[in-house]
Amino acid sequence: MTVLAYPGRARTGLTGTGELARLAVRRDRIALAASVYVITVAVAGTAYTFKKLYPTAAGRAALAATGGSNPALRFLYGRLFGSSLGSLTTWRYGIWAGIFAALVAIFVVIRHTRSDEEAGRLELVGSTSVGRQAALVAGLVTAAAPIVAVSVLLCIALPLVGLPAAGSAALALGIGCCGLAFTGVAAVAAQLTSSARTARGIALGVLGVAFVLRGVGDAAPQAGASGPSWLSWASPLAWIQLAQPFAAERWWVLVLPLAVAVGGTGLAFELAARRDQGAGLLPDRPGRATASAFLRGPFGLAWRLQRGALLGWVTGYAFTFAASGAAAKGIGQLFGTSTALEHEFTRLGGLGAQAAITNAYLAALMLLAGLVAAAYAISVVLRLRTEETGEVAEPILATATGRIRWALSHIGIAVAGAALLLAVAGVTTGLGYGLRAGSAGTEVARMTGAALAQLPSALVLAAFAVLVFGLLPRASVPAAWTALGLVVLINLFGQVLQLSHWVMDISPFTHAPRLPGGTVSAAPLVWLCGLALAMSVAGLAALRHRDIG
Amino acid sequence: MVNAIEIRALRKSFGRTTALDGLDLTVRAGEVHAFLGPNGAGKTTTIRILLGLLRKDGGQAALLGGDPWRDAVDLHRRLAYVPGDVTLWPGLSGGEIIDLLGRLRGGLDARRRQELTERFDLDPTKKARAYSKGNRQKVALIAALASDAELLLLDEPTAGLDPLMEAAFRDCVTDERHDGRTILLSSHILAEAEALADRVTIIRGGRAAETGTLAEMRHLTRDSVDAELAGPVTLDGLPGVHHLQADGLRVRCEVDHAALDEVLGRLHAAGIRSLTCRPPTLEELFLRHYSTERTVASGVPG
Repeated sequence: MTVLAYPGRARTGLTGTGELARLAVRRDRIALAASVYVITVAVAGTAYTFKKLYPTAAGRAALAATGGSNPALRFLYGRLFGSSLGSLTTWRYGIWAGIFAALVAIFVVIRHTRSDEEAGRLELVGSTSVGRQAALVAGLVTAAAPIVAVSVLLCIALPLVGLPAAGSAALALGIGCCGLAFTGVAAVAAQLTSSARTARGIALGVLGVAFVLRGVGDAAPQAGASGPSWLSWASPLAWIQLAQPFAAERWWVLVLPLAVAVGGTGLAFELAARRDQGAGLLPDRPGRATASAFLRGPFGLAWRLQRGALLGWVTGYAFTFAASGAAAKGIGQLFGTSTALEHEFTRLGGLGAQAAITNAYLAALMLLAGLVAAAYAISVVLRLRTEETGEVAEPILATATGRIRWALSHIGIAVAGAALLLAVAGVTTGLGYGLRAGSAGTEVARMTGAALAQLPSALVLAAFAVLVFGLLPRASVPAAWTALGLVVLINLFGQVLQLSHWVMDISPFTHAPRLPGGTVSAAPLVWLCGLALAMSVAGLAALRHRDIG
Repeated sequence: MVNAIEIRALRKSFGRTTALDGLDLTVRAGEVHAFLGPNGAGKTTTIRILLGLLRKDGGQAALLGGDPWRDAVDLHRRLAYVPGDVTLWPGLSGGEIIDLLGRLRGGLDARRRQELTERFDLDPTKKARAYSKGNRQKVALIAALASDAELLLLDEPTAGLDPLMEAAFRDCVTDERHDGRTILLSSHILAEAEALADRVTIIRGGRAAETGTLAEMRHLTRDSVDAELAGPVTLDGLPGVHHLQADGLRVRCEVDHAALDEVLGRLHAAGIRSLTCRPPTLEELFLRHYSTERTVASGVPG
């Protein structure tokens, strides 16, 4: 009957895609609109601010000469081609806009595919007149929509700021294509495991590897072909800048991310066709029939729930910082000839220019280690909220486990995990750099200290997450991540945007010592720890007095 | 003996929705108490207040002689809870979860755990994400029943179990009663409550509509009469006769106890061929409460 009633409408694997995509957009409309707004305003706003701050060609050339050749900044922001307003915008925000687009892609795709499947919602949907591929296509469409919107808006906004149209299009498309490439990556990751958490971890891991590959490649000396600068070509994030917007655009580079997007999507469909609903590609292994002696309290449970993720993070940290540390050797050498930069660094530190440049690069690495460790700690703390809303906190709290002990079990992992990650960052950076420089022992000690100096700042952000979890549970997840976003913005972009001091001072990382190379005073570290402690206590006190659920 | 649960005029609202509106509930030590009401009547909210997960807005609640909010941790050592909608950690096996919950409560009888696992036919090595709803329910039930808690709070414990497992559950509850444990059984499966409960509380719109033993509750109400007669009879308009259905010489109605004498007299006069007169089932009691509610106060949240 139904078929007869709709003679023109074939029942394919895609039936129902439109409805599912509309549902997904309906569920995420605020977050999607916000992400489009943030990325567009960040890029266009940077271009506008640059225009105000560096109105003359000479001023821009000076910024390009120091910033564009500083390996630390190149590690964080990428390569600079030319010194025009557009080039500087591309340099400063191209990769980070790409990262934001990739994050949107990863979170949206997995939320509407594997998360729904794991929660059993897709089963309900799948029982209706909906095609087998509809959910995946709807997830991809929902993720692609904001990314395409960002591209279109930037194509319009950047020329309005006064940038050339061709370069604007190249940058806008570069950011968009990078996002699309990661929708492909996320689609594949969503097929691999039956857990959305793991799938997200895999996709974020790919993003992390992409960042490091291009960081090492971009920071490496470009002059000789001998360095590892070719590594950048292996990273979708670098393609945004390698297409050279505003500097003799190489349009063909944009084919690379599109190929990844198409290839990834195709592979995902192929994998999806070969697996059962709800299953991953790897079969679930049977577990133990009885619990081990370790799994006997809230701390054992928290460790059991978080250990897999922590292992992944430690592996990622070790790989990232060993590679980035190894890249530090030789970074100072090339810039002996860049007089402007050398001058600046000799002025700043009493050391030789090369040592100062290497130290600045290593300090940038440590800042990054601190920011990412803060992200880890926040995600661990917010697991409390996930457990609460997922109703798995209830059976625990119905036993002889108090709320405070339950919360402390996860907070303990956040603190210890962040410390472990920073220690790993320090040790591997020290090994990577020290082994090549022939002073592994001193470098490991020096870098471990430098990394751990970031811990109090990271803990302040984690403590903020505890505070909002206690006080404003419903708003806790967006509030904690927004705080991290602001801190990233302040510490990575505050200086070049010439934000005022009191804005810079909001971020706990502004108060952490810049190590190696900077001076250490105990006072800020002590009051950062005190602040973290005070916020945690306040959050826990609020948790004691509120309803659970 | 102290009552296991003593609730007086308990109130709780979520924003503008009133979940509990002056609830009274007394569960005596050692009894199986059925807590009945349709979805959304406030059963789960009551249990969550008893567990100290929610804070009451007003009234008194005492659990095992303590304050459920202030003494939560100590009280939880003495009780076991099975939630209505069991969610488990997907990466842990059923066996691990049973042990974990048992240890968190302060101990588990290993022999009993083994016995219950067999009785409920659960594969403890499977990961929780692979369990069906019924199997997740079994995990929570085994963890609760294998503990040595003196009070069991069971929130719709058999939702999702197959009839075989439901029977196993009833056997277990009967055993528990003999061991002197107190059980609060929240349910909307009336046959289960009828078979297991010593006393019953029916909750309606966040308030106890009726409470007592099943016999008492029946006593207060009407009997069902179903008779085949030799000749015609007139029961129309007789006070105390309700839902009269006359089909030729067959008569069905519900009769208030006060009117029973009069009705049976008239039936006898007409000549009885067959007669059944039985007290109402719990289901009938329940439906009576809720059908009147719908007609009287449809504004009360169901």
